[in-house]
Amino acid sequence: MAKLVPALVSRLVIIIPYAWLLFFFLVPFFIVFRISLSQTAIAMPPYTPIFDLAEGLSGVFESMRELSAANYVWLTEDVLYFNAYVSSVVIATVSTFLTLLIGYPIAYGMAKAPRSMRPMLLMMVILPFWTSFLIRVYAWIAILKPEGLLNQFLLAIGIIDQPLIILNTNSAVYIGIVYSYLPFMVLPIYSALEKMDHSLIEAAQDLGCTPIKAFWRVTFPLSLPGVVAGCLLVFIPAVGEFVVPDLLGGSETLMIGKTLWNEFNSNRDWPVSSAVATILLLILVIPIVYFQNVQSKSESGGR
Amino acid sequence: MKSLGSIRRSFAPWGDPASKPFISVKNVTKKFGEFTAVDDLSLDIYTREFFALLGASGCGKSTLLRMLAGFEQPTSGEIILDGQNLAGIPPYRRPVNMMFQSYALFPHMTVENNIAFGLKQDGMPKSDIAERVQQMLKLVKLEKFAKRKPHQLSGGQRQRVALARSLAKRPKVLLLDEPLGALDKKLREETQFELMDLQQELGLTFVVVTHDQEEAMTMADRIAVMSHGKVIQVATPAEIYEAPNSRFVADFIGDVNLFDGTITAMDEGFARLESVGGIPIRMVSTEKLSNGTSAAVAIRPEKIRVSRQPPAHAPTNAGEGEIWDIGYLGDMTIFHVRLKSGQVVKASSLNAVRAVEDPLGYDQQVWISFAEDAGVVLKD
Repeated sequence: MAKLVPALVSRLVIIIPYAWLLFFFLVPFFIVFRISLSQTAIAMPPYTPIFDLAEGLSGVFESMRELSAANYVWLTEDVLYFNAYVSSVVIATVSTFLTLLIGYPIAYGMAKAPRSMRPMLLMMVILPFWTSFLIRVYAWIAILKPEGLLNQFLLAIGIIDQPLIILNTNSAVYIGIVYSYLPFMVLPIYSALEKMDHSLIEAAQDLGCTPIKAFWRVTFPLSLPGVVAGCLLVFIPAVGEFVVPDLLGGSETLMIGKTLWNEFNSNRDWPVSSAVATILLLILVIPIVYFQNVQSKSESGGR
Repeated sequence: MKSLGSIRRSFAPWGDPASKPFISVKNVTKKFGEFTAVDDLSLDIYTREFFALLGASGCGKSTLLRMLAGFEQPTSGEIILDGQNLAGIPPYRRPVNMMFQSYALFPHMTVENNIAFGLKQDGMPKSDIAERVQQMLKLVKLEKFAKRKPHQLSGGQRQRVALARSLAKRPKVLLLDEPLGALDKKLREETQFELMDLQQELGLTFVVVTHDQEEAMTMADRIAVMSHGKVIQVATPAEIYEAPNSRFVADFIGDVNLFDGTITAMDEGFARLESVGGIPIRMVSTEKLSNGTSAAVAIRPEKIRVSRQPPAHAPTNAGEGEIWDIGYLGDMTIFHVRLKSGQVVKASSLNAVRAVEDPLGYDQQVWISFAEDAGVVLKD
């Protein structure tokens, strides 16, 4: 009995995250998936019922027969969806690359800073999270609009004589995504760089590497798990991003998050938007699985 | 084939005024802010020498090694290596390699690639690299582990990889920072001898930093005992042990009994000294000391005899006391004898006979005694 209790507790500890995933990810996903297989209807909610328990088991089988992949077929027929997916992936890829380009030097600088300064620098990276995400994106409107702070500044110092049109273009979306997701890039890279043994760099130099070569042959390869984690943490949410393209992007900005929102709210076509969401998830599963692979490899690789 | 011993016995370039030092450290000082890590230090190290820097942690030995490697620059003074002033030369252009205390093996590379790392930097042709790597793997007996990653190796194997990697470029000098520090005792002892053989075989100059005096004594041709950024004594292990030049060295290396007192007379190479503990001492002394000088006689425990009867030369170099503590170590027994003055003297005796009929026991009245050449006289 005395032995059984700790065993039960440790079992329970494992069950909790799985239960969480089951109830808050798997079950909702199956509901979404089921909705994507039904048809729109003028009803509340606006689709044919998933199943009707009132008619017992036969009712469940009845509704099963009504399942159709029509919504998925529809997605392939209208090129809009395909374009939105491709454009989302392109925007997310470019944003991820830009975030890496800016985030890596920041993380490197933080990891090389004196130990006493690191908590403060870490705080500064996390600090923006203390303000609402929406407010921060709205603030970018004030900065980027034609009569905004950026243009006023550039005009004042005489670099430009015409206000730049940034707001409501893809550039503004890039700025917004890079800004919003920078901490997700900086933190994992920082954590990878911070735990690296400095004597490895010294050893590389001792064996004939200039500091720049030592970086590329030792520091960068060893920070790769952090880079991969950071890239996925930026890429995955960026693909489905809705707020940034909606507020900062223009009519040219085509992103799947926005498409999904339109289907859901403007068109009230829940089944099609559910199909859009299901496909989006499938697209994202690929990098997630890759990430899992890299992660477990680096863990078994040890240090 | 000449044995290691015969080579070693004849190796003493430091005693030969004609031989030129390979590494010359000249009045080097290194300060970190207010803290002086190395203080106006000068040293000469000769080709093919196995040189040990020995001292407690924080004595500046590692800083000196790092200055040789190029990771730190001296605040003042200069380091000459093979006629070349090393000032301003970065680590990647120095003809020295270092074996790090943590080994600093690249975790993302196989054993092979770790060893080949420095060779690739030099732009050596691929086939030559492969050959050299094989050679190095054979040297450290790790041929079977070439494809493993460092985390798949034991501590001892990692140490060998680190050694092979630092030797692969055939440096003129190999710097070793606590090379055996992370190994367990048995492995450490084995590896000490392997390192010595390797150094002889390759004909390299080794500079090793260690805090372990036994390690330094076993391996090194000469030892520099350091304290607070200064070198206190540079000498062969035997000299350091038998003829320490100061109280610090006598106390730092091995166990020692110090008899404090004042010089009362000098006669024909012997000093007479009245010890605080009340023992009149007559001890060899090369230095002429004037009467009244306060000095100490340092005598190693194994050179002190414990007996029931007073020796013939009593009371000189002899004292009466009782056995206070006995430590039985198997090969030897350590006695702590408390003299009448209250001073506790350590004496060790070899257990050459298996069963002694009437061994010395606790609280017995005994005499301790020592010969006139058993110790050294140290000025304060």
